[in-house]
Amino acid sequence: MASGVKPRVKAPKKASAGEVVTIKTLISHKMESGQRKDSSGNVIPRSIINRFTCDFNGENVIDVVLAPAISTNPYFEFDATIPEAGDLKFTWYDDDGDVYEETKSVAVG
Amino acid sequence: MALLPLSAFAQADPNAELVGAPDDFLAGADAAAGDLTLTAPEIAENGNTVPISVDAPGAVEVRVYALGNPTPGVATFRFGPLAGSQAASTRIRLAGTQDVQAIAKMADGSYQTAMKTVKVTIGGCGG
Repeated sequence: MASGVKPRVKAPKKASAGEVVTIKTLISHKMESGQRKDSSGNVIPRSIINRFTCDFNGENVIDVVLAPAISTNPYFEFDATIPEAGDLKFTWYDDDGDVYEETKSVAVG
Repeated sequence: MALLPLSAFAQADPNAELVGAPDDFLAGADAAAGDLTLTAPEIAENGNTVPISVDAPGAVEVRVYALGNPTPGVATFRFGPLAGSQAASTRIRLAGTQDVQAIAKMADGSYQTAMKTVKVTIGGCGG
């Protein structure tokens, strides 16, 4: 399942040095839990995003392990400290081996 | 968990192990109530997307469990050096009315826990 996966991130473009900013992320993904059955009774195989990380200039902000109990279109909201200007890097890891990345630059001033 | 194919995790980072069950995480340690807050609605109309948030000042890791789901593990949050707070929000699936538990591992190695009962009108696990 690699079709129609689209990461969205809401992060401020500007912050003051040392400021704590709130970040919201959402990635469109069906998060097939592996518990459901199709119309003929066969189990639909699991296909989820199993890990999400956020780093700022290579330093970790948050690292989340996802289980099938995370809803369709996984959404996360968390806080990050912005010590200097740089890039927020968001990475999602799919069960099928795909990795989705998104980068947001934050200016300080 | 034994029913899941191993190949499902072949691509995952070695650090990204399963969320598991509360007993696996605690490994015999006791968890007491503390600063950990778990926010969840009392009544969720739709078990497919139940908004929850955890706030655990001083925690290094918070795990969330839905004790009535086919597999209890929901998510593991690890907070890095640049985390602005030890808090996060997400949306989870609940198979039915049940207890949601959060367990936080604090920086000093102790554990805290918080529990919340969520009433679910429509189950979220294909039911």
